[in-house]
Amino acid sequence: MSGLDKAFGVSPQVLALRTQKLNLLSANIANASTPDYKARDIDFRSAMSTALNESSQLKRTHDQHFDINGATTGAPVKYRVPSQASVDGNTVEMHREHTAFMENAVRYQASANFLDSKIRALRTAIKGD
Amino acid sequence: MSLFNAINISATNLEAQTIRLNTVSSNLANVNSVSDTAEDAYKPLQPLFAPMLNEAQMGMGSEGAGVKITAVVESDEPANKEYMPGHPMADDEGFIYTPAIDRAQETANMMDASQAYKSSVEAINTTKALIMRTLTIGR
Repeated sequence: MSGLDKAFGVSPQVLALRTQKLNLLSANIANASTPDYKARDIDFRSAMSTALNESSQLKRTHDQHFDINGATTGAPVKYRVPSQASVDGNTVEMHREHTAFMENAVRYQASANFLDSKIRALRTAIKGD
Repeated sequence: MSLFNAINISATNLEAQTIRLNTVSSNLANVNSVSDTAEDAYKPLQPLFAPMLNEAQMGMGSEGAGVKITAVVESDEPANKEYMPGHPMADDEGFIYTPAIDRAQETANMMDASQAYKSSVEAINTTKALIMRTLTIGR
């Protein structure tokens, strides 16, 4: 891990996973009226730890190889267990999808803010003013 | 993997729900359409929803799938037969045929479609805000 990547911390991976989660939740909301559609989501905690381990376990065997850090391939997708199954086999529950979507958006913004302040700190260090 | 994907996915739902609203409008507009044979009577329309899977995904992909309307089918519910000998459209035996439209069901369909439409608009707005936020990282 190079110095700059280390400075950004986990934020790049978080943004990538949040984007994937956002796509899945959008799809769930879009398919709320589709018969037999099964709502899908990722387990953020396990996906995050996989993403972090991946980046630390993959060793570079050559100086000029790219660092794998930040290039997550996407977390495994799981199916949601509905609290109240619907007759047409659709497992999208709007209230859950909406709250999950909003929470995901807020956390995305938080990570973007962290990344922002880190970049600002680096700039201050570079410029020295 | 990109935020624009989420906008596209939500946009597929806007299109699907619009088609659904159109069928509801068509059904409700034809509640009073009368015909002189059971076959000619207006048949209520019903859209069929299905997830839009890319060939590469086939349901296994880590990205979400949009929604599409595979077909708009005509209901095979038999038309209502009414005895109205004085009606100008009545057949030889004095019957007219009105479409088998369930107003309550159509209204419920309309409400569900408009809610689903609103949800996806909301999702698009939030995604747009996130994209704008991402563009200003490091500014």
